[in-house]
Formats: sequence, structure tokens, C-alpha cells
Amino acid sequence: MIGLVLRRLAGLVLTLVAVSALIFAVMNILPGDAAAIMLGTSASEDTLAALRSELGLDRPVVWRYLAWIAGALHGDFGRSYTYGVPVSELIGERLSLTLPLAGIALVLSVLVSVPLGVAAAARRRGIIDGLATLFAQMSVAMPAFWVAILLIILFSVQGGWLPAGGFPGWQVGFWPALKALILPSVALALPQAGVLTRVTRGAVLDVMHEDFARTARAKGISRRVTLWRHVLPNAAGPIVTVLGLQFTFLVAGAVLIENVFSLPGLGRLAYQALAQRDIVVMQAVVLLLSGLVIVVNFLVDLLQMRLDPRLRATPA
Amino acid sequence: MKIPGLVLSLALAISSLTAPAEAAPRTDIVLGMGIEPAGLDPTIAAPVAIGQVTWQNVFEGLVTIDRDGKIRPQLAESWEISPDGLTYTFKLRQNVAFHDGSAFDSGVAKAALDRARGAQSVNPQKRFFEAVASIDTPDPQTLVLHLSRPAGSLLYWLGWPSSVIVHPKTADSNKTEPVGTGPFVFDRWVKGDRVELKRNPNYWDKSANIALDKAVFRFIADPQAQSAALVSGDVDAFPEFGAPELMSSFESDDRLTTAIGNTELKVVAGMNNAQKPFTDKRVREALMRALDRTTIIDGAWSALGTPIGSHYTPNDRAYVDLTNVYPYDPEKAKSLLKEAGYGDGLSFTIKVPQMSYATRTAEIMQTMFAEVGVTLAIEPTEFPAKWVQDVFKNRDYDMTIVAHAEPMDIDIYARDPYYFNYRNTAFDVVMTKVEATADPAEQDKLYVEAQKILAEDVPALFLFVMPKLGVWDRKLQGLWVNEPIPSNVLSEVHWQE
Repeated sequence: MIGLVLRRLAGLVLTLVAVSALIFAVMNILPGDAAAIMLGTSASEDTLAALRSELGLDRPVVWRYLAWIAGALHGDFGRSYTYGVPVSELIGERLSLTLPLAGIALVLSVLVSVPLGVAAAARRRGIIDGLATLFAQMSVAMPAFWVAILLIILFSVQGGWLPAGGFPGWQVGFWPALKALILPSVALALPQAGVLTRVTRGAVLDVMHEDFARTARAKGISRRVTLWRHVLPNAAGPIVTVLGLQFTFLVAGAVLIENVFSLPGLGRLAYQALAQRDIVVMQAVVLLLSGLVIVVNFLVDLLQMRLDPRLRATPA
Repeated sequence: MKIPGLVLSLALAISSLTAPAEAAPRTDIVLGMGIEPAGLDPTIAAPVAIGQVTWQNVFEGLVTIDRDGKIRPQLAESWEISPDGLTYTFKLRQNVAFHDGSAFDSGVAKAALDRARGAQSVNPQKRFFEAVASIDTPDPQTLVLHLSRPAGSLLYWLGWPSSVIVHPKTADSNKTEPVGTGPFVFDRWVKGDRVELKRNPNYWDKSANIALDKAVFRFIADPQAQSAALVSGDVDAFPEFGAPELMSSFESDDRLTTAIGNTELKVVAGMNNAQKPFTDKRVREALMRALDRTTIIDGAWSALGTPIGSHYTPNDRAYVDLTNVYPYDPEKAKSLLKEAGYGDGLSFTIKVPQMSYATRTAEIMQTMFAEVGVTLAIEPTEFPAKWVQDVFKNRDYDMTIVAHAEPMDIDIYARDPYYFNYRNTAFDVVMTKVEATADPAEQDKLYVEAQKILAEDVPALFLFVMPKLGVWDRKLQGLWVNEPIPSNVLSEVHWQE
């Protein structure tokens, strides 16, 4: 177990170093000069040079990369060219929105799809199964940003119950901030819920026909108890795997939804940093996301082991 | 008898408490913008969004520019220009304090201007101060600028966002926590979402009658989201709404009103004048005559926008409509091309930024050019990064299209280097003369001449001025309809009951 954790940790560090070098190289190959973008089309050459030296852009690439690594080891990820604030502060602010948003969306998606998937599998080809299939297909087929616009029209423009977008920050209070996250998390959760319903249904169906499930029924255990106590835990493997993938997608890939709701999330920060050639921000965001993917995958593996004793057996 | 009396007086007391609250107009505003500023200090970065939040609200200049584009006194209450145009003596206002309590005087003004023109300056308009040789401060209320050569536009330039007066103590932190002398104090910036300002209780201009206590700038990039925010009431005003095609959707909303004015954004298809075939004036004229500006505006910008015949907008002083110099005439265009030796056709590439005005205009141009035998290949070019690199810096392009945002920037055709690669001595002379005189009437005459030279020589295809698409709550008064300088000045904004 400890060996596994150490191996994963080493993998994490190696991946991060490789990713950071790659990003640095790519961002330097990309055409565009952060100083020219900031100073516009009337700036004279000496002004551009002054800004480049202020931002440290006049140094060689390798020097900048090593300096960045040295800083990162001290927890200093540099300062955003565009915002002028430390990158760690900027990303912290974005995470205070993105993580709760992804979390709520994930919980919503699980709350809807797991019961629905189990119920659909329990009565295969029944009414619930039909409805679940319809729901799954529709929610996957409808583009999330389109659903988002629909939600805004219904709940903000017509109803006036929820804000049409924006995020006031947690400092204004829990409820106003949470209110701003309700519609976006629903829009994000819907397609995920569709996928998860299908996965749950399929996994439960597979397990339901195995011998132990039939034995449980034969022993006289009720259908419901068999389903929830015996079948679902055994079907949990694929569900947890998909959940892990979905969480990383929700953190990194919510940019379209963030745009429709004009939420200051991590996805939009990455997009903006790319457009402005804000290399240090780009660097930190990509590293964070790579790290997150690795950590979440690791957690999923751990959870799988917890769920399935067979995976725990150490090979001799 | 006693009890009803008590009830009555209680009711009266309650009504007297609540009544004024109901009658009083609102004192807050939520204003939407499409682009979030990159930092909040207009003296160190170019994006117009910075000035649109801070200029005149947080920061002020020696002079200001009003809604008609006129220069007005601000931190300088008066000035004198020596007859030779080489000495500007400003009498500064007394009892002006920055938001942190620091006093404003000639020493502060000198430090601010020296910072903008010094060797370490990263001011995007450092060129404004090129003519300034030295600055004297004979006393705290007097500031003297000594110039090495006359600079006829200096006073106007001093009104710009990039020329605002900052205090040396707070200059370095203004990017994230701006401290100025204006009627509003910076409160907080939720990056990616909003900037909040509150009223400055110690504002020096007691005659200003500031009606707002609080102003929130919200940044919403997506036009659909902008529309939703307006209709739901989350945002009270969008002074520059993002999508012309959605403007008519607000007509049915009783609560909102629209106001269409002019910006300073000149949509211009620039050509590489150093490169064939654009070296030939007949070709440039033919390309201009091949374009029907009205159809372009109809198709690209929902018929909102003003056609232009030169690099100048109706907001600008001494504007002349020159769209009739080379009106739409495909036949004439064909014969000009033939004369120039391109009777069998001509093909070149246009590098087009991703903004919708640019892509749509380029597509319409492609069709119109095809009718006169010109094949236009469209090459999408990421803006700003790649465009600045390829077109602006390396000048590696045939044709491009972009909206020039800076007000009164007709002098770009005299700049060297500049991406048009345009050389015209007659035009350069006019631009030099504009700076050589400080007499407004004389300058106006020269600006007319400059507009005409460009209209006739077409170093770029002059298309249209982007409209300022204002959408706001009907009860909101005092926002600018036109935008002679990119801004959202809040000092006169108030709610009407």
C-alpha cells in the first residue's frame, strides 16, 4: 500500500515536471508577446522594452523556466502579467468557485442518476427504464450551454428567482454565493447524469444476473435489499471510474458553462491567460489540472480497492 | 379614544419612516461591460476597459474630455500657453485630496507626468509627452511644462486615461488597488466578475452633485448572457452591448431603453502599402469602389453603424463625411483594375481577427470583391497575440481588418513604422502642422485637410464606425450616448423617479 502511494507520488512529480516544461516550450513557440498585448498599438519600442524587463521577459527561456521552478518550490508561482496579483491568489479565488461548482454538479448528478439507473435496471423494459433511457439520451444530446441558456430564460429572465449569471464571491455570504451556483451546476450536472444513469443501469444489470445475486434471492432476501446491499456495491466499480473522469472534466472543462453564466472559474482563467499570453498563469493552471487528474485517478483506484477486495490482494 | 390615537400616531410614525425610502430614487448602479480590464491603472497598460472603469470615476487628469469631446479643466483650474507654444503654465486646484488622504499639488502632478515620460515608463502613450523637455513647480499650485517643440495636441492628450494624475506613494499598487482623486473610491475587485466602487465622501468638487453611492461594474463577455443579465435586471445598464443583432429584442421590454451612438472604433481594412499591388493607387481606389459600405454595415452589424470615408468619426472635431469620394461603383472598379494591369483578376489574402465584426465584414468583402474579379482568401488570425505579431509587428500581410479604438488617431498614417507601411509626405506635413499650432481653428482646418488626403489616397479601406449600443433601464439618466473617448463616466448618472 505504502509502496503504491510512493510510486504514484513519484509519477505525479515526474508528470508535473514534464508538463511544466512542455507548457513553457509551447507558450514560447506560440506567436505573441505579452508586453505588446498589454501596451497596445501606440507603444514605442523603448516602452515595450521597459515592460519586458519589468516582467522578466527579456531573460532567456531556460533561465525563466528554472527561476519559475525555483519559485514554485518555495510556493511562489509568480505574478500574473495581466492582473498583477500573485498567481496562487488568482487560482485560489477561481478554485473557490470551480471546486464547489464541480462538487455540487457531481452530487446532483449522483443523486439523480444512481437511483434512476438502479430503478431502471430493477424493472428492465418497464416504464421507469423507458423514462430513464429517454432522460439519459436527451440530457446527453442537448448541448450543456443550450440547456444553460434555457435555464436562464426560465429561472432568471421569466421567473426572476435566481441570478442570470456572475458570482459575487463567498464573502457576501453563503446563500447569495450558492444561489449563483445553482443554475450552472444543474446545467453541468445534466449531461453527466445522463451518462451516469446509463453506466449505473448497465453495471447493475450485469451484476444482477450473476450467481450470487440469484442465490441471495433464493435465500429469501427481498428484491430491494438484494439490489441495494449486494448488487449495487458490486456494480460500483464502473460507476466510480466514470465519476472520477467526470470530476476532472467538471473542473477543467466547464469553460462553456462558465461563459454562459459569466462565472469567474478556472476554465475561463485558462482561456483568458492563453489569449493574453499570460504564461505564468497558464503554467500554473495546467499544472494544477494535471495534478488534479493524477490525484483523482489515484483516489479512484484507492476507492476501487476499498470496494473490491480482489484488487487488494498483493501479487506474490 | 386614547388607543386609536396611539394607533394613528404609530401608523403615522411608520409611514413617515417608510415613505421617504419608497420615494427616494436608487443610489446604486450595476453596469455591464463585455471585457474585464487587465489591471486598473490606465497609465501602465493600453486596454480601453481599464479607462472604462477608472477614468473620471477613480482617476482624474489635469484636464478632462467631456461627452462632446471638448477639453475641460479638472485638476488644473486654468492654464496659459505661451505665444510660441513652448510653455504651458497650469494653475492647479487647491484642497484636492487622493482617496488615501494624500494631498494633490504641483509636486504630485510633476511626479505623475515624469513617471509617464521617464526612462522606466511603461505608459502606453508615452509618445504624448515626447515634446516635454522639463517640468517646473514654482509653487504648490503652479505647474509649468517646458516643451522642446510645439505640441498642439498636448492639452487634449492630457485629458486621456493614460495621462491621469496618480500619487507617487500609490503608483505601484494602482494596478490592483487604484487610488485617485475622483468621485468614486475603489472598493473591491472580484477578478473575472466585478469591480465595485463607492462614493468618495470627500470629493473636491462640491458642485458635482454625485447621485450614486455605489457602482458595480460586471464583466460579461457572452452577448446572450449580457442580454439575460439586462432583461432579468441583474445589470442596470450595458453602455456598449456586444451584439447588434440582439438590439431589437429590447424594444418589447418596457423597462429598458436603447441609445445608439458613435464610438471611436473605426473599422478599417488596412493594406500593406509597401507591397504590390497595393503600391498602385488605382488598385486601392478600385478596391474601395468595389465595396458598398451600407450593405457591409447591414450584413455585418445589423445596419447599425456609420459609414466613413476617412480615418475619422462623427464624434471627432471638424469631421467631414467623405464617403462620396469613392462611392460604390463596381464598373469603375473593374476599369481601374484593368488600367492597373489586373484585368484578368487579382488575388490576395486578408488576415482576419476572430471578432464577429471582422469575420462578417471580411466575408461580405470577399463577395463584393469577387464581383470585380478580385479573389480574397480569408485567413483567420488570433487577436490580439498573433495579429500583433504577424500584422502589426512583422507587417507580414496583404490586407487585414481591425477596429482602431484610439480616438483622434488619424496621425497613425504618418507614423513610421506602422503596419500600413504608408508614406505620404503631403500628409506628414499636415500632421506636423497640427502639432505646430495650438490654435483650435487652425487645427480644425488641418484635420479637414488630413481627412481629405486619406479619403483620396485610400491607404486603407475605410468602412464604418462601430455604433455605441447602449441599453439601460429607462429610469437611468446621465450615461453618455456617444463615446468621444472610451469611458463610463458616472458623475452625472442618476435615477429618476
